[in-house]
Amino acid sequence: MPAFLHSLASPARFQRLSRRVLPWSSLLAAGLIGTGLVWSLIFVPADYQQGDSVRVMYVHVPAAWMAMFCYAVMAAMSVSFLIWKHTLADIAARASAPIGASFTAVALITGALWGKPTWGTYWVWDARLTSVLVLFFLYLGHMALSGAFDDRERGGRAAAILAVVGAVNLPIIKFSVEWWNTLHQPASVLRMDGPTIHSSMLWALLVMAIGFTAFYVSLLLIRIRSELAARRIEALQRLAAAGSS
Amino acid sequence: MSAFLALVRRDVALAVRRGGEAALTLGFFVVTISLFPFGVGPDPELLGRIAAGIVWVTALLAATISLDRLFRPDLEDGSLDLLALSPLPLEAVVVAKCLAHWLVTGLPVTLLAPLMGLMLQLDLQAYLPLIVTLAIGTPAISLTGAIGASLVLGARRGGALIGLLVLPLYVPVLIFGISAVEATLAGLPVMPHILIETAILFVTLPLAAFAGAGALRLAME
Repeated sequence: MPAFLHSLASPARFQRLSRRVLPWSSLLAAGLIGTGLVWSLIFVPADYQQGDSVRVMYVHVPAAWMAMFCYAVMAAMSVSFLIWKHTLADIAARASAPIGASFTAVALITGALWGKPTWGTYWVWDARLTSVLVLFFLYLGHMALSGAFDDRERGGRAAAILAVVGAVNLPIIKFSVEWWNTLHQPASVLRMDGPTIHSSMLWALLVMAIGFTAFYVSLLLIRIRSELAARRIEALQRLAAAGSS
Repeated sequence: MSAFLALVRRDVALAVRRGGEAALTLGFFVVTISLFPFGVGPDPELLGRIAAGIVWVTALLAATISLDRLFRPDLEDGSLDLLALSPLPLEAVVVAKCLAHWLVTGLPVTLLAPLMGLMLQLDLQAYLPLIVTLAIGTPAISLTGAIGASLVLGARRGGALIGLLVLPLYVPVLIFGISAVEATLAGLPVMPHILIETAILFVTLPLAAFAGAGALRLAME
């Protein structure tokens, strides 16, 4: 297993693998998100208390899960880069950051839109919302730091250290609804005693979540491939400039 | 041990000599707090309710403005390379510089906080938890700030970036510092909050040492 993971660090192998995976993950993403949206917007029964406004959940919850998942991937890639100096891990971490930041923004905005009809307020400073806001700032800080150096590798290593330090926020977000008295509801899916959400809602939610994950994988692969292509162009330009001098 | 203390003594002497770091920090602290009554109105009851929060946040900001000067001067004049070659491990160097930073910024702020509380009509019961949490929290702030300061060494406009990086990391220190004051005012037990604040300090200590040293090595390549 470790040998397999390390073999993924070779850009050539990554290109071959991603060329095979990308069409399927994109298809899966489009299919699942399309199905999930239709299912959740039309076929899932309305909530007995919240009415139809509960349908925001099918975008809000998967986006929030992806926000944390992207950061976890970013932190894992950063660890891999810091320990084994795999350049591909650095590229993957830096490619993940804007995607994760966007998912966090979607989660915060859809959450605010959902909060107004159900809680009566767009925003409240409870533990869950505040820690997700901190996650958003961590993403922004990561993106700012990695671009702040003239030497790109320096920026990558500094951002990697920041990603690992900020990973302590992930368990805080997950357990914030249990450790503090929050307005945000406690966990109803990923719990020790099993999900408390009704199956009619759970399956649509899982379809959306897997769709979002496939979407993230596709986006990540596209971004990594673009970055590798950009670096190849840069190297060729440098070679051309050196050759013509 | 003597190398550690020598480094602390050197940094404190430099900070005091070069630009009067302590005075600048205290000046910023006092002036910023004085702005709040202009901003929210001089109503004593309102000020009293938000006094602890104002003092805490301003203490954070006062500690943060001097972070750029924690490592950058040493990198620029070559002392950082000498410190890296010394028998003291780079992690200990980071902790020593954080201790010096705290002695020059966090400690004076903590000592001046009761006076600021007086100006902001802070509730009488809140003084002790405020000072205790500041005394525990400001070292954690210096340590967390060192992580940010070491990461932006060599970056363009790194000083402006430090704030964006470290302020999210300050949030737990701030939360438990304030919750201790609120618990006292509500008549609830205050020790749990103080113990968690102390725990945060002890978690930040090795984190800052290793992350800071790693970032310093990165900067010195």
